[in-house]
Amino acid sequence: MDIGTFAIQLLNAVQYGLVLFLVASGLTLVFGILGVINLAHGVFYMLGAYLAWWLTVATGNFAIGITGAFAISFLVGMALESVFIRRLYGRDHLSQVLLSFGLILVVDELRQMLFGRDVQSVPLPEWLSGSLPLTDVLNYPVYRLAVSLLCLAVAVAIFLVIRRTRIGMVVRAGAENREMTRALGIPFDSVNRYVFAIGIALAALAGAVIAPISTVFPGMGDGMLILSFVVVVLGGIGSVPGAAIGALLIGLIDTFGKVFMPELAGILVYVLMAAVLIVRPTGILGKREV
Amino acid sequence: MQPLSSRTHLALLAAAVAAAMLPALVPDYYVQFAAKVLILGTLAMALNLAVGFGGLVSLCHAAFFGLAGYALVLAAPEYDAPSLLLTLPLAVAVAAAAALVIGLLSLRTRGVYFIMVTLAFGEMLFFLFHDTPVGGGSDGLFLYVKPVLSVGETVLVDLDYPVTFYLAALAAAAGTWWLIRHLLSTPFGDALTAARDNERRALALGIPVFRVRLVAFVLSAALAGLAGYLSAAQFGFVAPQMLGWHLSATALVMVVLGGTRRVAGPLAGALVVTGLEEGLKYFIDDWKLVYGLIIIALVLVAPGGLQDLARLAGLGRRTGTPALNLKEANNAG
Amino acid sequence: MTNIKSTAQTLVITRRNFLGATAAGAAGLALGFPKPAIAQGAPLKVGLMLPFSGTYARLGQFIENGFNLYVEQKSGMLGGRKVEFIRLDDESKPETATDNMNRLVSRDKADVVIGTVHSGVAMAMVKVARDSGVPLIIPNAGADEATGPLCAPNIFRTSFSNWQPAHPMGKVVYDEGHRNVLTITWRYTAGQQMVGAFTEGFEAAGGKVVEGLTLPFPEVEFQALITQIATLKPDAVFAFFAGGGAVKFVTDYAAAGLKGKIPLYGTGFLTDGTLKAQGDAASGIRTTLHYADDLDNPANKAFLSAFQAKTGEAGDIYAVQGFDAAALLEAGLTATGGDASAREALFAAMAGAKIDSPRGPLSFSAAHNPIQNIYLREVRDGRNAFVSVAGEAVRDPARGCRMA
Repeated sequence: MDIGTFAIQLLNAVQYGLVLFLVASGLTLVFGILGVINLAHGVFYMLGAYLAWWLTVATGNFAIGITGAFAISFLVGMALESVFIRRLYGRDHLSQVLLSFGLILVVDELRQMLFGRDVQSVPLPEWLSGSLPLTDVLNYPVYRLAVSLLCLAVAVAIFLVIRRTRIGMVVRAGAENREMTRALGIPFDSVNRYVFAIGIALAALAGAVIAPISTVFPGMGDGMLILSFVVVVLGGIGSVPGAAIGALLIGLIDTFGKVFMPELAGILVYVLMAAVLIVRPTGILGKREV
Repeated sequence: MQPLSSRTHLALLAAAVAAAMLPALVPDYYVQFAAKVLILGTLAMALNLAVGFGGLVSLCHAAFFGLAGYALVLAAPEYDAPSLLLTLPLAVAVAAAAALVIGLLSLRTRGVYFIMVTLAFGEMLFFLFHDTPVGGGSDGLFLYVKPVLSVGETVLVDLDYPVTFYLAALAAAAGTWWLIRHLLSTPFGDALTAARDNERRALALGIPVFRVRLVAFVLSAALAGLAGYLSAAQFGFVAPQMLGWHLSATALVMVVLGGTRRVAGPLAGALVVTGLEEGLKYFIDDWKLVYGLIIIALVLVAPGGLQDLARLAGLGRRTGTPALNLKEANNAG
Repeated sequence: MTNIKSTAQTLVITRRNFLGATAAGAAGLALGFPKPAIAQGAPLKVGLMLPFSGTYARLGQFIENGFNLYVEQKSGMLGGRKVEFIRLDDESKPETATDNMNRLVSRDKADVVIGTVHSGVAMAMVKVARDSGVPLIIPNAGADEATGPLCAPNIFRTSFSNWQPAHPMGKVVYDEGHRNVLTITWRYTAGQQMVGAFTEGFEAAGGKVVEGLTLPFPEVEFQALITQIATLKPDAVFAFFAGGGAVKFVTDYAAAGLKGKIPLYGTGFLTDGTLKAQGDAASGIRTTLHYADDLDNPANKAFLSAFQAKTGEAGDIYAVQGFDAAALLEAGLTATGGDASAREALFAAMAGAKIDSPRGPLSFSAAHNPIQNIYLREVRDGRNAFVSVAGEAVRDPARGCRMA
């Protein structure tokens, strides 16, 4: 592999990692703050993609598709929190696993009723559909760059919110010690709803922005769910910077694994996870004690 | 666990006779169906040893189930009947060995980490069979001839006969039930439940919590392997999805539905879940929607499973408060 | 779901209606409903085991609509006998396939089973069919084994074996002047068999396959592999993907700028049922298949207009395969006067059937696989337009089949 190809594959790896981060950040936030393990995260990634497709085709405007998918998922998240999720706070993890498993089945079936089962693709607007020449035969789609930039922007926004705002303070306190924060009477109820909704909406946003390059299909959330779980475990549950590191690591391993040992690429990710767990059972940036 | 009363003994005997008579009473398809329920019930009971009695919510038991199934198919000669005596211990040992490695790593974590780590390890095994040529990739593998138990030239047990197979599944379920029940009455069982109820106190009492949990985890995986072996033999086919977490989650539904505090509870859970699926599929096209809603309702309304439901319906025996027990059961996580 | 239902239900008794009519209900289910069918007066029970949900749901729907269309054209009868359908969603899940097939055969006592799309599921069905002797018609899955080592008197196929559409492409690619070709596909049976057959045909013609890229089924993250293609710069690329994977591969290929620089070939699945989603990225791609949308024969024209009238959608290869499955069954049942239990006569008549299919002349090999033309097509104006006949009356080698 010459240096040019290596650079291009590196670009692919980083871009994939950034998308993974976008999905996993929502998952780690929801767990870090609410203490809720949400297996239905992947299904909202898929829902976001279908919403983006539906809105883009209906309105002819891609921007509406993306923002609409984000906004609708946010509202769905608010509703779900007040009807179901809030009853799970403080309940055992087993209930959370089961409830979110039930949600997967329900959301997936509703998607089938509302949007059908076909593979769909989301048309890109003119200004995003160009590509930049990298080598004499290979171009790099502008939209892939745009997705990377958007993921970076969201990452920065999450960091700023966590570092600079009141909600962020609660988030940090919760990630440090959930019981203590609750005991101190910090008003979780209002924060909780927003955090859950944001978590869902981030997954949906990731699905929506990926839709034009990944195509939209029913099972698209399944693989993403497991990978984002690995990202969260790798980085340390509740740690957003940890998720960023975990996501980039997986992007690298997966991309280069595919090139050098295609049959083992799927497993390498888990080997990495096992290796990290041997050294640090709570993940790269996780707290030592759980 | 109290010793069984003589009335319970009678009831058990009646149940055993009724179960053994089943093949004479219903059409072939339902004998097969009953065998499937017993196999899934064995898996759920095995899982409950970890979840209900060990406080370890594992999302990778399907991987042990599937691993044993693959072990059978891979070890079987292509055109001859595999030997039950060779392949069954092998399959169970493979599942147990995998559980030993996974347990050593994952039992270092607690609670939600444990769930996520087991989920990830389970998926790793899924991808091992899905992506690599080890076991036929995503297409799965066929088992053309079912296992037999033979001494010399005489075939004693041939799992190819549906009734024989059903009786084997019945024996596996009954054996699993008996083994777990017996285990819980030993000091080991006390140590396991003590560690579940309060890890610190158990450690203070000198219980080697890690080792106790590891043994329970491996044993539970071995029993899941037994179920997986039978499942592969029943359908003559293994596919990577057999190891996937959807099956693990379904087994958890059976466990919770049946009640985490009863050894045989998950067996009842398996019957209800499998029956529900069979019935819903028959009558409703969008049956997964209904199934999902039922699971959600189960978690929110009846976390104690069937016992809660019975109580809600006003016909349960009032033996303690299952919902409270469940909460206790999982505080250890 | 509802929109398919409404079209399918016009003439057909679905299982649920039937249940309601006989007031069986839950009790019936528990007691081992249904009862064995009475040989003649009772309707013929056709089990449709197809993917009605999941990745291949659309394919399942088209196969069913094609089958229903034929039955409707015969006034709801096959071989003069009323038809009753038992639908079962196989979800394209091989792990539950044996169980599902047992449901149709042992519980519901289907006289004939039609299915399915996914090769793994079809293999499980083949296994049950071999054990139980129930007539099985495969309307899509191409696994070579079904009409190879696992062939059986009661197993027929109205679609293709994976070998069939891929092998003739080897010569086509060579004749278009390409010598060093790269292949890319999913690492599973259909992909490997098609790439294998293409390689066989291409190397027999004198070409060389320089690299075989694979990725696990059904992964769709192609970027790293497309970069590799651009680095290796082969003369041409042969690809097998289907459904969502085909859409994504073709659009990614174009977005990476490879379209027009390194020509892309494939079997028809690369561009069938996916053209709307692929858009302009697919234009110019040449594929081989046993059908082309604009085949100029009376049977195809009649079929397409009838299908359009019935469903409001343009018919495709999947609908044709379903339609022909019904035609094949009709040929068999006509010979036995509607009796599906006279199996020897039924199978003999089916094996000898000559069908004037929308795809052109269709007959069956000793292994019960179709003998059919393979067409070279090119994507033009959102259609798979006919270019030439790449292979006339192509016959699968049926390796390992004891009946052949």
